[in-house]
Amino acid sequence: MSLSTTGAAAGAPHLSVRGVTKRFGNIVAVDDVSFDVKRGEILGLIGPNGSGKSTLFNCILGQIAPDAGAVEVDGKAVTGRRACDLAKLGVGRTFQQLAVFPGLTVHDNVVFAGQEHEGTLLGRLFGKPDAGLSEEADRLIEFFRLSHVRDRLAGDLSYGQRKLVDAAMAFMSGPGLVLLDEPAGGVNLTMLAELKERLVAYNRERGTTFVVIEHNMDFVMSLCGRVMVLAEGRVIADGPPEAVRADKRVVDSYLGG
Amino acid sequence: MSQFLQVVLSGLSTGSIYALAAVGFALVWQAAQTVNFAQGEFVMLPAFFALVAIHWFGWPLWAGFAFAMLASLAILGLAFKGLVVQPMMPDGGLPLVIATMAVSILLKESVKTFYGAEAQPFPSPLPDGTLQIGGAVISIRDLFDLLASLAVVGGLTLFLDRTRTGRQMQAAAQSPAVAEILGVDVARMTLYAFLVNAALAAFASFLVSPTYLAKFSNGESLGLVAFIAAIVGGFNRIRGALVGGLLVGVLDNLVATYVTQEYRAALPLVLLIAVILWRPQGLLGDAEGRTV
Amino acid sequence: MSSRRPLALIVAAVLLAVLLILPVGHGSYFIYLLCSWLMFTIAAMGLNLTLGYAGRISLAQASFMGVGAYTTAILTLHGWPWLAAAPVGVLLCFVVGLLLGFPALRVRGHFLAFVTLAFNTLFFLVARNEDWLTGGSYGLSDIPRPRIGPISADGQLAFYYFTLAVSALAILALWGIVRSPWGRAFKALRENEVRAESLGLDTRRITLLAFAIGSAFGGLAGAIEAPLVQYIEPNSFAVGESLKVLLMVVVGGLGDFWGPALGAAMVVLLPEALRGTRYYLIVYALFVIALMVLKPTGLMGIGKTFLARLAKSRAAAATEAKP
Repeated sequence: MSLSTTGAAAGAPHLSVRGVTKRFGNIVAVDDVSFDVKRGEILGLIGPNGSGKSTLFNCILGQIAPDAGAVEVDGKAVTGRRACDLAKLGVGRTFQQLAVFPGLTVHDNVVFAGQEHEGTLLGRLFGKPDAGLSEEADRLIEFFRLSHVRDRLAGDLSYGQRKLVDAAMAFMSGPGLVLLDEPAGGVNLTMLAELKERLVAYNRERGTTFVVIEHNMDFVMSLCGRVMVLAEGRVIADGPPEAVRADKRVVDSYLGG
Repeated sequence: MSQFLQVVLSGLSTGSIYALAAVGFALVWQAAQTVNFAQGEFVMLPAFFALVAIHWFGWPLWAGFAFAMLASLAILGLAFKGLVVQPMMPDGGLPLVIATMAVSILLKESVKTFYGAEAQPFPSPLPDGTLQIGGAVISIRDLFDLLASLAVVGGLTLFLDRTRTGRQMQAAAQSPAVAEILGVDVARMTLYAFLVNAALAAFASFLVSPTYLAKFSNGESLGLVAFIAAIVGGFNRIRGALVGGLLVGVLDNLVATYVTQEYRAALPLVLLIAVILWRPQGLLGDAEGRTV
Repeated sequence: MSSRRPLALIVAAVLLAVLLILPVGHGSYFIYLLCSWLMFTIAAMGLNLTLGYAGRISLAQASFMGVGAYTTAILTLHGWPWLAAAPVGVLLCFVVGLLLGFPALRVRGHFLAFVTLAFNTLFFLVARNEDWLTGGSYGLSDIPRPRIGPISADGQLAFYYFTLAVSALAILALWGIVRSPWGRAFKALRENEVRAESLGLDTRRITLLAFAIGSAFGGLAGAIEAPLVQYIEPNSFAVGESLKVLLMVVVGGLGDFWGPALGAAMVVLLPEALRGTRYYLIVYALFVIALMVLKPTGLMGIGKTFLARLAKSRAAAATEAKP
């Protein structure tokens, strides 16, 4: 597994967002947002519904083009780059809505998540069917405790299991930075504990950097070393979980103040 | 100049018949996300219902038309919806497209087998004469086609906008779930859309057949033109389909007269591709409420 | 999954053996039908790659058969050997298919269907009107049959074996594509484009490839059709024919590797079997409607459901048998 933690500029933040703004008509979904994420940090991103969290993710990840602002990964400008290019720069993600390939087996889902990072386009046509990734995929499937459903179609799994497949896919190419959009949503408690354990293990063992959007406060507060709060497209608080929890503006924004 | 006017007028006349088919097409699309590949055959068939009544049963003209209208409502409206579309909802997708293609084969072959493969003369209650308008010569029939089609589409628009049932139909088409909550009988409204489509098709059939004769294969080109008119005008707008139909009719005539006879059919297609790629909501449509 | 691979190989071998001995002792019309079936199978398998695997509809497969057929016909009439002419046709289809893929980057579903359908009609108009190149509505006749070295495929049976060999190679190539990472990428594109892109797949490139490859197979089918019927004219490549190929793919079973072969058999051979009756096309249309209403996954879907039920009842019987 190739790790991009050995980035060129060791001092530069892993992810740097500068003045990103996105409007939809008259609504400013993301309003001049700036922040840095250090290598190996786990940043929680919270905020009421419609505060612009997912839009911000999509701006960072090239899914939609921001109206203003710049995004850098490892000191490299990536603003407006396509999502597939970002993936190749070692940025993985999961989606708020389930994003597995229901008609493929779990194993194929995970292999696919890695195959586009191996060799050339033509090389993949004439190379091995599994692109040499079968064992790697199996290790990851094992790691996310999905071995018993390895050959089932992803569409036939339970919601929680599919969330795990989704997460496994995000890690397959060995990304140094992973953005998770509501990983805990709709997942039962046992599965949730498992997911958290896996994420922490990844962070400890490989130094993977995480940005996590989440509504489940217990999950965020226990997982993240730093929490940032978004309300109406703006950053209203940023700091350690305890400090953010005590911040009056944060409480107000959630209570509709 | 008078030739130009004449070409435009006769183009409008043909186009108004395209518009009837296109409006029905758009209605069914809105109500049940059904792209009806048999729409051309829907316009071909009613003329044969009338011919069966007139020649086989020996009924008078008006009774033949009435019979054809009722048969169309029953078969192209009720049966098509109940037996083919309904069982495949809510997500018909490609199998539904294939099923409508098979319906088109079924209708075509049935007419060929049970009535005949020859083009049949079709009676018209209108006189054969012509009128002079600003130096252009237009047949009374063409003028009647144009005015009658406009009246029908105009009436339909009024019905959809001004009556309770019409507004319920629109609500059911735009957001069935919301309409259901508001107490609209969505299934019934969908059925109405199919019935209106059948009636429009029958009406178009009565108008088009005296001029072009009734033939089993008439639907092949008509169906394509109906799609083009509906898409060019804007799928989610009844008026869009009307304008699309008229536009295609006029352009087709102009190109055939002034540019090229061989490639007259190409222009609407190029127009279609251009509209889909650069303005997929159609010339009059808006981006809201469409599912691509 | 891997345990099923030898089984698939055995089935393919048996099928090939049956196809080798099937035409022996039959008349030339029967052999013609078999060739026609193989030809449509290639075209439908190509469309299945674009539509069934990659999820992008094309209603223009007949126009690619046309490009392949006209290219092969024109070149072989000018004295080119088939082995040189056919690849030119296939390559041309690859390039034109790539270009037709560009609209697919902008629109989906029904809108893409109409763009491709319009393309097919435009091709038809060109084939009908450009007499100097295509012979117009009279078409091109006396297209020679292939000759490879000393072996000539002039005879009907010889041409059948030639078609069978070409088809087997084409199907093998497609099998290779489908089970390679490309096949997985096509399916990923079909199932969730945004997710596929976020995992590093260049979705634009793979969409264009899906069109280009599917079209190239259409071109190959055309390259077989030209010497098969030895006379081509625009009507063989009209929109109706594209709909026929689409019918084969959906009736067989969308996205199933062997579905198109079954669908092509249904569309090419069943009407022949029913030809005795006056109503065969009517019966046929009714059958297709019923199939789509009752079992939208097509004939392969019926087969799979049946096998699954069989396996379930066997498993049930096995558990009951245990004390």
